[in-house]
Amino acid sequence: MTIKSELTEQAETSLESSEKITMTHSQMKSLSYRDAFFLVLKRDITIALRHRDDIINPLLFFIIVVTLFPLGIGPEANTLSQIAPGIIWVAALLATLLSLDRLFKSDYNDGSLEQMLLSPHPIFLLVLAKVVAHWLITGLPLIFIAPLLAVLLHLNEQSYGALILTLLLGTPVLSLLGAVGVALTVGIKKGGVLLSLLVLPLYIPVLIFATSAIDTASIGLPYSGQLAIIAALFFGSLTLAPFAVGAALKVSTN
Amino acid sequence: MWKWLHPYANPEVSYHFTGRLLPWFSALAAILLSIGLVWALLFAPADYQQGDSFRIFYIHVPAASLSMGIYFGMAIAALCSLVWQLKLADASAAAMAPVGAVFTAIALLTGSAWGKPMWGTWWIWDARLTSELILLFLYLGVIALHSAFEDKNLAGKAAGILTLVGSINLPIIKYSVEWWNTLHQGSTVSKLGKPSMSLDMLWPFLFCFLGFAMLVAVIVCYRFRNEILARNSIRPWVRELVSARATHK
Repeated sequence: MTIKSELTEQAETSLESSEKITMTHSQMKSLSYRDAFFLVLKRDITIALRHRDDIINPLLFFIIVVTLFPLGIGPEANTLSQIAPGIIWVAALLATLLSLDRLFKSDYNDGSLEQMLLSPHPIFLLVLAKVVAHWLITGLPLIFIAPLLAVLLHLNEQSYGALILTLLLGTPVLSLLGAVGVALTVGIKKGGVLLSLLVLPLYIPVLIFATSAIDTASIGLPYSGQLAIIAALFFGSLTLAPFAVGAALKVSTN
Repeated sequence: MWKWLHPYANPEVSYHFTGRLLPWFSALAAILLSIGLVWALLFAPADYQQGDSFRIFYIHVPAASLSMGIYFGMAIAALCSLVWQLKLADASAAAMAPVGAVFTAIALLTGSAWGKPMWGTWWIWDARLTSELILLFLYLGVIALHSAFEDKNLAGKAAGILTLVGSINLPIIKYSVEWWNTLHQGSTVSKLGKPSMSLDMLWPFLFCFLGFAMLVAVIVCYRFRNEILARNSIRPWVRELVSARATHK
């Protein structure tokens, strides 16, 4: 019973500080793990929808970076279709990197991150909810826009399935690994450049296997092996990264 | 074993212990390196294919394997600091990071210096070269994170988490790079797979390797002692140490 009353108390304080969630008292009393997860998820998505720039700007960045490459390299269709997987994926990495900052920064600044760490729910769950929200806001739009850019780059027609599947499995990995980097740098004033130095080396395996899957698909060979490895990276980071994020957040908020 | 180990968690004990170790390491490093390098660079037989330019491997190979070994050491220190909250483990990881980065850079530079006459180019995207380059990036990330925090204890913890994440990723990166290499381009250069080395090349190599390892031990000990002093500068024993040294002079 005491645990439960503590729980409601903490939920109340976290609400007071953030004032971003509207919820009835009866809901708070029975805040199960699943409720907590979806509450954080809903909250993050609501905030993001109210700041649409945060969703649109990385997407615009993604599009602009991709259009720069044909201008720099030349408009020949053969060359472009050869380098299209790499360009799209590198642009996706950079766009994710750009959007990572908003994952914890505003919560850190207004103090709701600390309240979240103080709440009785496992950090793993809350972190996972925030990362899922981040992926829904930034990763998913990339997947919708990627085929359009693939047309611009004359990607081989056989590779579209591979492109979508690798993005679908790979972008969550980017969000998860990126969350570790953001959690480590959230307390630092100029964390942005440092973040790219920390996170980009960790993205290399995803980049390698994703582009190789798309390349393999373009010559009509099965690419299930590469997909399996990206899936393994996804599940590995899904289970391990939130722990690292939790530990890093504890360090950052001190 | 814990009873035997736990006094070394005390900074003062550790400081004096590494102080006692230091002359031994220094002497060994000086002897081994001077014997090994002179033997390797002047007297060891030249390779029948590569001539004298293979001699750079007496520096390159120890640097490359130590660069990975130091990262491994850092990962162990980071784990110890996270699990047992040992502040000294953080200090030792902080002491190791720049040394590891420098050795990685040495491995890369000597490798490309060897590649120029042998392969005709300073750089190829060989799997080993690429993963070594990424290792350098990981080191630089750890160092940058260390210097980004004002508070040394926080810096140590944050860098420790990054080191551990990197150590999980490092084998994945290594294998993915190898796979990437075999997929994208046929291996143009036969790997540096070691044919059984003849004994008169192996001995100087062993001397060099151990000498460089001792050199790492010396530098890390020095940096570790500095880290201890910097982190404990307000403790009375450090003040006594400083004042004792001042009166000596």
